[in-house]
Amino acid sequence: MAETATPANPETLRAARRSPASHLAPTFESGSVAGTVALTEIPFQTMVGIRVGRASDAGARLASVTGGLPAACGEISGDGRATTLWLGPEEFLVIAPESAHDSLGGDLVRALVEALGDDPGQVVDLSANRTTFELSGVRARDVLEKGCSLDLHPRAFRTGTALATEIGNIPAILLKSGEDSFRIFPRASFADFLGRWLLDGMREFASPEVP
Amino acid sequence: MLLISCPNCGPRDETEFHYGGQAHVAYPENPDALTDRQWAEYLFYRDNTKGAFAERWVHSTGCRQWFNMLRDTVSYDIQAIYKMGEPRPGMNATTPEGATK
Repeated sequence: MAETATPANPETLRAARRSPASHLAPTFESGSVAGTVALTEIPFQTMVGIRVGRASDAGARLASVTGGLPAACGEISGDGRATTLWLGPEEFLVIAPESAHDSLGGDLVRALVEALGDDPGQVVDLSANRTTFELSGVRARDVLEKGCSLDLHPRAFRTGTALATEIGNIPAILLKSGEDSFRIFPRASFADFLGRWLLDGMREFASPEVP
Repeated sequence: MLLISCPNCGPRDETEFHYGGQAHVAYPENPDALTDRQWAEYLFYRDNTKGAFAERWVHSTGCRQWFNMLRDTVSYDIQAIYKMGEPRPGMNATTPEGATK
């Protein structure tokens, strides 16, 4: 008979999961160039999609759980527990560490569902929808610019900005998490493609620069 | 490649958008009363304008919102971008194009 019961403890659950780019982990490690550009996957982050009007009562209640809802394109908000990205005028994505997920002992999804209540809107657990890549290093921007037509110069794309756009011809969300580091959120089914695309873009920086 | 200024997100590449056909095609007030021909004309018949043309676009890889654009079909010059529901700029607001169909 099939195993239908929920795994008893979070560790059982954790061991059974495989992230969308887990098979590329060794390749990411060997493809990273120390001190220049590095690519890693941050698997299983908790992600919750919210659709609600910011000005509504439900919007205010949800904002108190997430630590604010961003007002305009590119903006992010958060209180350290979770980061909220602006996806549309009434659409947001909450990103939190894996441990915030209800199945691992957290309470983020439940808190958001309760905050929305019966009001019009949506709170959907999207943790399995996207994975997270972290591209960091002094050449990270050069790698991204090969496949992304946004202006990624620091004067236009500041730390703490997130934009939904295309990277390597596939839709992804790009978050500038630090001076030289970017977090990329591709859909799970695109993780393999985008991982290999970024690796290919990183390859030239492993060789000495031709003057 | 067109550079389209999304009302929410600012200028982005054309590849981030999808086209939605002619704008301001009003839904018939009483669809039941239409003949098959009139219904077919509402569904399928669109202007084939040479020059300024009002059309709908959606920023599908960005904010996923629809908006209207006034574009020259000859030069591809984008003359105006305005919200859904707003009348076409430079036209009489009470008779938007296609409303009589």
